[in-house]
Amino acid sequence: MRDSLYIAWRYVTHNRARTGTLVACVTLIGFLPLALEVLLDESERQLLSRAESTPLVVGAKGSALDLVMNTLYFDDEIPEPISLRAADEVAATGLALPIPVYARFRARSHPIVGTSLDYFAFRGLRIARGRQLALLGEAVIGAVAAERLGLEPGDHLVSSPETVFDLAGVYPLKMHVVGVLARAHSPDDLAVFVDTKTAWVIQGLGHGHQDVTTTRDPSVILARGDGKVVANAKLVQFTEITPDNIDSFHFHGGAEDYPLSAVIAVPDEVRAGTLLRGRYLEQDTPLQILRPRDVIEGLLENIFRIKQVLDAVIGVVGLATLLAIVLVFALSLRLRQREIDTIFKLGCSRGTIAQLLAAEIVIIVGLSAAICLVLLQIVDAYSGGLVRSLFL
Amino acid sequence: MIRIQSLAFAYRDGEFRLSIPEFETSAREKVALIGPSGAGKTTLLNLIAGIAVPDQGEVTVDGIAVSRLDDARRRDFRITRIGFVFQDFELLDYLNVLDNILHPYRITRALTLTAEVRDRAAELAGQLGIGDKLARKAGDLSQGEKQRAAICRALLPDPDLVLADEATGNLDPANKFRILDLLFDSAERHQATLLAVTHDHELLPRFDRVVDFSQFRAEDRS
Repeated sequence: MRDSLYIAWRYVTHNRARTGTLVACVTLIGFLPLALEVLLDESERQLLSRAESTPLVVGAKGSALDLVMNTLYFDDEIPEPISLRAADEVAATGLALPIPVYARFRARSHPIVGTSLDYFAFRGLRIARGRQLALLGEAVIGAVAAERLGLEPGDHLVSSPETVFDLAGVYPLKMHVVGVLARAHSPDDLAVFVDTKTAWVIQGLGHGHQDVTTTRDPSVILARGDGKVVANAKLVQFTEITPDNIDSFHFHGGAEDYPLSAVIAVPDEVRAGTLLRGRYLEQDTPLQILRPRDVIEGLLENIFRIKQVLDAVIGVVGLATLLAIVLVFALSLRLRQREIDTIFKLGCSRGTIAQLLAAEIVIIVGLSAAICLVLLQIVDAYSGGLVRSLFL
Repeated sequence: MIRIQSLAFAYRDGEFRLSIPEFETSAREKVALIGPSGAGKTTLLNLIAGIAVPDQGEVTVDGIAVSRLDDARRRDFRITRIGFVFQDFELLDYLNVLDNILHPYRITRALTLTAEVRDRAAELAGQLGIGDKLARKAGDLSQGEKQRAAICRALLPDPDLVLADEATGNLDPANKFRILDLLFDSAERHQATLLAVTHDHELLPRFDRVVDFSQFRAEDRS
C-alpha cells in the first residue's frame, strides 16, 4: 500500500488543479454540517448558560421571546415598557431581589442598559479600569464596546437619537465614561451601562436646563406669574451632566411610573421563586413572569427544527457533490485508460490498479479530512466570539 | 529461448487473426522482426510477454510455457523475466525519470525495491546517458531521452528476454544507431535475448537474424 500511496501522491500532486477542486468539494461536504454543528452547540451553550443564570424576568405581557432576548441580550426588539412600580412590587413580596433593566437606547450601535449596581454583582461583572457608577450621567462600558469605540475612563460617549427626525426635541446625552468592565465573554461586553435615572434623562423624562427663575431674557421667558414660569424652546437644555449643572436636573411626575423594559427577579431560593411566579398567574395583571431557560429552550427547539431542514439540504447537496466526484473519477478513468493499460502491460494486476486508484481517493479524502479538521479547530477556537457576533 | 508452435490468435472482435506454425530463437540471440504494418508483430510480442494469450498452440520462454501460466504467474513472469520497450515508450508523465524506471518495482510484489536497486537504476541511467535527468518529469524529456528511460525501465530487473517494439522509431539516424547500440550493449551485458520489431532496414545488418513476418499468416478483416 505504501508504494501505491507514493504513486498516487505523485499523481495527485502532478494534477494540482483537479486535486485542489476535488479536495475543496470533499472538504466543504464535511466541513459545512460539522461547522454548523459546532456553532449551534456553542450557541446552545451560550444561550442556555445566560438563561440559566437569570432565574426570573418580569415584563409586560406580549412576546416572551422579545422580553427575554431584550433583557438577556439587549436585543433590538424592545418589549412593551413596564413601570418602576413592577420592581417595587417584587421587592415588596420579600421573595426576590429586583434588578431593573431598561435596555432601549443605543450609543454608536451599542446598547445603553439602564440598571442598578445590583446588576453588576448579579452578573459577576468586575471593573477592569476606572470606577463604578456614582453620579447621574456616568457610564461604565463593556470590554468589547470600549475596544471598538476606543474609549477609556475619562472619555465621553454620546447617546444616539432614536430617530433621525426627533421632533420631540430630546437631545442626545453626552455621558462620562468612568469605568471599563473586565471581559465577561457575554453580551455585557458590548453594552454601555448607566443608572436607570440616566436612561430616563436620555429619554427626556428627566432633564436639566438654565434657571428660568433668574433668566431675564424676554425672548426665552414667555410668561411669569402664580409661581409658574413659561419658557419657549430657546431655553438652553443641558446635553451633558456636569458638577456645575447636576443640581438643575430634575424629573417630572412620580418615579414609580418611570419606564423599564424588564425586572430581573433573583429569588433567595427555589421555593421563593415558585411563590413569586404564582403571584403573576392572575389573568388581569398586565405583567408576566418568565423563566428565561424555558423560553430559550423553546427557541432552541425551533432552531434545531430549522437545523434538521438545513441538514437535509446539506445532505442533498453533499450527495450531488459526491455523485459529481464519482463522475469525475469515472471520466478520469476513461481519460487514463492508456496509462492503466501501460501499468497492466508492465505486469500490474487489476487489483493493484484498483489499489492505486483507491490510494488516490484515500489521499484526496485524507487531505480533505485534514483541512476540515484544521478549519473545525479554527471554528471551535473562535466559536464563542463567532456566535456572539453572529447570533447573539 | 523462445519457442512457438502451432500458434493461433484472434482478437475478440475477430477482425484480426494471426497464425504462426513455428518460431524459435536461441539464448542471447538478437533477432529483428520485420514486416508490413498490421502484420501482427506487436501482437506476437504481446503473446510472448503473456500480455495476450493464444487461442491455440503454445508460447514457451526459457522452457516455461507462458501461455499455460495463470494470470498472476504470467504477470510475475513478465515483470521479472521480460523487459518490454513499448512502441510509444509508455512512460507516466506524472512521475520523474527515476520513478518511471523503478515503477515495475512499485506495482508488483514479484520485485523488491531496495537501496541496491535504486543505485543500480541510477547507474543504468548513467550508462544510457540520462543520469542527470533522473529528477525530471517524463513529460519534460526529449523523444530520445524518453526512449532511453523506457529502455532503462525494461533492463533494470535484469531480464532474460528484451522485447523492443519499434524502439528506434521516430529517431534521427544518429540517435537510432545510438539507441540500438545501447540496446545491444545492455542485452549483451545482461546476457539477454533481444527480439526487436523494426521497419528500419538500415539497422538489420546489426542483428544476428532477421525474421520476415510476412511468412506467417495474418488476416486483417477490418
